Amino acid sequence: MLLFLVLCPIVAAILILAGTSARLTALIAAAANLFVTLLVFVQFDRVAGGFQFVTSFVVSTDWRIQFALGVDGLSLLMLLLATTVTLAAVWFADKIDNYERAFYACLLFISAGAIGAFASIDLFFFYAFHELALIPTFLLIGIWGTGDRVRAAWKITIYLTLGSFVLLIGLILLYQSLPPPERSFDIRALQEAIAVHPIAAPEQRHIYLLLLIGFGVLISLFPFHSWAPEAYASAPPSAAMLHAGVLKKFGLYGLLRLATPMLPEGAHFWMYLVAVLLLGNIIYIGLVTVAQKQLDWMLGYSSVMHMGYIFLGIASANILGATGAAALIFAHGLSIALLFAIAGQIRNRTGTLAFAELGGLAKAMPFAGLAFGFATFAAIGLPGFANFASEVMIFFGAIRNGWSMERFHLFQIATVLALWGVVISTVYMLRAYRSIFWGATSERWSKIVDLRASLRIPIALLIAGLLWFGFFPQTLVQMVEPTFRTYFTATK
Amino acid sequence: MIAPYLEIAVLVLGITILMCETFAANIDKKTFAYAGIVGLVAVLIASFFLAGSPTQHVGAFWSFYTADALSIFFKRFMLVTTIIVLLMMIDYAPAIRKSEQRASHLGEFFSLPLLTCAGLMYLVSAIDFVFIFVSLELVTISFFVLVSFPRRNPIALEAGIKYLILGALSTAFLVYGITWIFGVTGETNLQKITAAFASGKIDNYAATFGAVLVLVGLGFKIAAVPFQIWVPDVYQGAPTPITAFLSVGSKAAGFVVLLRVLQPFLILPNIERLIVLIALLTVVYGNLAALPQTNLKRLLAYSSIAHAGYLLIGVACFDGRAVTFYLAAYLLMTLLSFAILVIVAQQTGEEISNFDGLAKRAPFLAFAMLVAMASLAGLPFTAGFFGKFFIFVSAVAQQQTALVVVGIVTVACGFYYYLKVVRAMYWPARNASLSVAGGQPSPNNNAIAVSTLSRAVIILLIAATILFGVYPQPILNALKH
Repeated sequence: MLLFLVLCPIVAAILILAGTSARLTALIAAAANLFVTLLVFVQFDRVAGGFQFVTSFVVSTDWRIQFALGVDGLSLLMLLLATTVTLAAVWFADKIDNYERAFYACLLFISAGAIGAFASIDLFFFYAFHELALIPTFLLIGIWGTGDRVRAAWKITIYLTLGSFVLLIGLILLYQSLPPPERSFDIRALQEAIAVHPIAAPEQRHIYLLLLIGFGVLISLFPFHSWAPEAYASAPPSAAMLHAGVLKKFGLYGLLRLATPMLPEGAHFWMYLVAVLLLGNIIYIGLVTVAQKQLDWMLGYSSVMHMGYIFLGIASANILGATGAAALIFAHGLSIALLFAIAGQIRNRTGTLAFAELGGLAKAMPFAGLAFGFATFAAIGLPGFANFASEVMIFFGAIRNGWSMERFHLFQIATVLALWGVVISTVYMLRAYRSIFWGATSERWSKIVDLRASLRIPIALLIAGLLWFGFFPQTLVQMVEPTFRTYFTATK
Repeated sequence: MIAPYLEIAVLVLGITILMCETFAANIDKKTFAYAGIVGLVAVLIASFFLAGSPTQHVGAFWSFYTADALSIFFKRFMLVTTIIVLLMMIDYAPAIRKSEQRASHLGEFFSLPLLTCAGLMYLVSAIDFVFIFVSLELVTISFFVLVSFPRRNPIALEAGIKYLILGALSTAFLVYGITWIFGVTGETNLQKITAAFASGKIDNYAATFGAVLVLVGLGFKIAAVPFQIWVPDVYQGAPTPITAFLSVGSKAAGFVVLLRVLQPFLILPNIERLIVLIALLTVVYGNLAALPQTNLKRLLAYSSIAHAGYLLIGVACFDGRAVTFYLAAYLLMTLLSFAILVIVAQQTGEEISNFDGLAKRAPFLAFAMLVAMASLAGLPFTAGFFGKFFIFVSAVAQQQTALVVVGIVTVACGFYYYLKVVRAMYWPARNASLSVAGGQPSPNNNAIAVSTLSRAVIILLIAATILFGVYPQPILNALKH
C-alpha cells in the first residue's frame, strides 16, 4: 500500500507527460492517494506501535542501503497531511495557461517526494525523496510564478541545496558514529544499535548541530528563513500550498524522527541556541509579519513564524511537547494551505494582494470570506481548531521542561515570550482579514464573483480537517503518542 | 581468451578501417563508423568471457600489464565510451563535411577513436612507467589529430595547437619525473617501486621530486588545477564528440593511472597533503569559473574540471571504489549531455541561450538534458548523486573537514550553473515577446529531428543514469572479482 502511495503520483505524472488529460489524471491520482492513506489510517494498529506496512528492497549490500517503506503513528500523520494537501492543491490549480501538463506533473512530483520522504524508514531514501521535489519547485516558481519569480526561484533552490547537503553530511556522520558492523541507514536498525552503543556526547553535539542547520534551512528556522517568504509570495498558489503546507514540514519531521531519539545529549547541549533561534522566529519574524503590506508576503512570513512554535514543542523534549509539535505540523499544514488557496483565488480575481487596494470583498465573495475567517481563526489558534489543541500541548510541554518552584528557567521564559507571539499573530491575521474582506467596498471589486462550487469542496475538506482535530485532538494524539513514548523512555 | 587480445582486436579493427579508407574510397563513410561500432560491441561482449591473468607463469609481459578487476572494468568503460562517441560522430559528420567541402577524411575521423580507445585500454592496464608512457602517447597523439580535425576552422586549429603544446609539455614533465624515480630506485615497475620506497633506503627528496613531476604530468591529463588552463579552449574548439571523448575517456584513464601510481607515492611524505590541496583548488576553481559561462560547451569544460575536483577528493581519501563509481556516473551523464549538445547545436548553436524554449521544440531532448543536468548537479535518483554521496562518505570517514566544507559549498554553486541550462530550456523564453511581435518564426522554433539510433542511445543513457541512481550495486560488484 505504501509503495502505491509513492508510485501513484510518479506514474500519474509520467502519464500526464505522455498525454493523458492532465487535470483529471492528477485529481484521480491525488484522490486515490488520500483514499489509500485513509485505508492505512483505519487499518493501522494503534496498540502494536512501531513501523507497520513495511516493504523493503535491498539496494546496496555494501552500504546497507535499502528502499524500505513503513509507517508508524508519526509518519502516518505526515502522510495524512501530505495527501490531503496534495488533493486540495491539485484541485485548486485551475486555468494554467501554458505547459499545463508540466504544471500538474511538477505538483505530483513534489507530492511524491514528500510522501516518499515521510514513508521511508531508510535514511538514504528519506533524504533522496525530499530532493526529488527540488527541480519541480524550481520549475513551478520559475515558469508560473508571479512577481520577482527569477530571484525567488534561484534563492529557494540554492538555499535548499545548501541546507540539504549540510543535512547529508549530518546523516553520514550519524551513520559513521556507529561501530562498522552496526552501521546502517535503516532507522529501525539505527535506533536499536544506538540503544546498545549510545553515541559519544561530543559526537552527538556535532551531529545535532549539522542536523539543526540542515533541517533548519529547510524549515526556514531563523536566521535561515529568508528564502521562504519570497518563494511563497512568488510561487503559484498550488505550489505554495504544497511547499509551505507539506514539504517544509520535512525538516521538522526529521528532527522529531532522528534528533529526539538518537541525539538526546546533543539536543540538550544546543537547547539554549535553539530557544534563542525559535524566539527569533516567533518574535522577530512575527513583528516583520505585522509590517507586511501584501497578503502573499504576510502569509509567507507567518508560515515562517509558526515554525517557531513547532520548534518550541520539539525542543521541550517531553512527550507532551513533542506530540503537540507533531499535531501543530498537521494543523499548520492544513491552515496555511487554506490561506494560500484563498489568497490565490483573490489574486486571480483582483490581480493584487496589497492590503491598501483591497477591501470589502466579503460582499462579493461571501464564501471566500467565511473560509478565510475560519483559516484566520485557525492560524491565530482559537479554541475549536486543531491549531489551538496543539499549541496548548506545546506550551504546557515547554513550561514543564525544567520547571522548578523557585524561579523561571529558560523554557518558562521562552514560553512566556512565545505566548506573546499569539498576540502578534492575532494582530496581523485580523488586520489582514479586516482590510481584505471588510470595510467599504470599492467600485473596482463590485463585479467579482465568489468561488466556483467545485472549488468549495477542497476548502470544506481542509476546514473539516481543522475542526475535526480541534474538537477531537485525541484521534491524532493517540496515534502519535506511542512513537514518542518509546523515544523518550528509551533515552532516559 | 586473455585480456590483451581485446586491445589487439581494437587495434586491428582501427587499422583495417583506416586501410579501407585508403583502398576503397567509394564506400559510404558512415559504413566505417557502423563497422567500428559493431566491432567494438563485439569486443565489449568478448570482454565478459575472459580468462584471468596467469598467476604462476609470470613473464616479462605480465610485469607491465595487468588484468585485475579495476582494469577490466575500465576496459569496458573505454569501449562503451568509444561506442557512444562514434555514434555522436555520425550525428556530427555533417558539420565536418560542411567545413571540409568534400567528404574526404571522414574515414580517418571514424577510425582514429578506435586507436585512441586501444591506447586508453592499455593505459588502464599499465603497471609499469614505460608502458604508461607508451600507451599515453598513443592516446595523446591520436587526440592531437582528432581535436584539430576540422582544419579549416581556426578555432579548432587553435584548440589543436594548445592541446599539442601543453600535451607535449605535460609529457615532458611525466618523462622527467619517471627518470628521477628510475634514478632513485632503479625500477620502472610500480610494485617494485613501492617496495623500494617502502624499504626506506632511498633518497626521499629525490623521490618526492620525481613523484611531484609525475603528478604534474598526470594533472594535465585529468585537468586538475593549476594544470587546467588548456581545458576550456580545447574543449570548446574541438569537435563536440571529441570533447566528450577527451572529457570522459582521457580523464578516466588519467584517474586510473593516478590511483595506480599513488600506491607507491603515498609512502613519501607530504604527497597526501599535496593531493588534498590540489583537490581543494580544483573544486573551487572549476565551480566558480563555471558560474558566469554562457556557452554550454565551455560550461561543460569547466564542469569537467569541477568533477575532476570531486574525483580528487575521492583520490585524497584513497577510496578507489568511490572514484570508480563516480567515473562511471560521470561517463553516463557527460556523454548524455554531449550527445544532446551535438544534436541541438546542429540546428541552433552551442550557447545556453540557444537552448531557450527547448522544452517546447523538443520535449524529449529537453527532458534528457534535464536528467543529465540533474545528475551532474548531484540530485538523488541519478547516478551522479551516488557518486557524490560515496565521495562525501569517504571524506567524512577520513575526517577531511576542509574537503567536506568546500565540497558542500561548491555543490551548491554547481546547482546554479546546471540549473541555468534547465532554466533556459523550461522557463518562458526571455525574448518571447520580441519574436511574437516580429511575426517571424525564429529558427529556434522548429522541431528538432533525432535519428532513431541517437534516440535509442539517449534513452539508454537516461535509463542507466536513473537505474544506477537507485541501484548502484552492479557497478560496485563489478570491481570485486
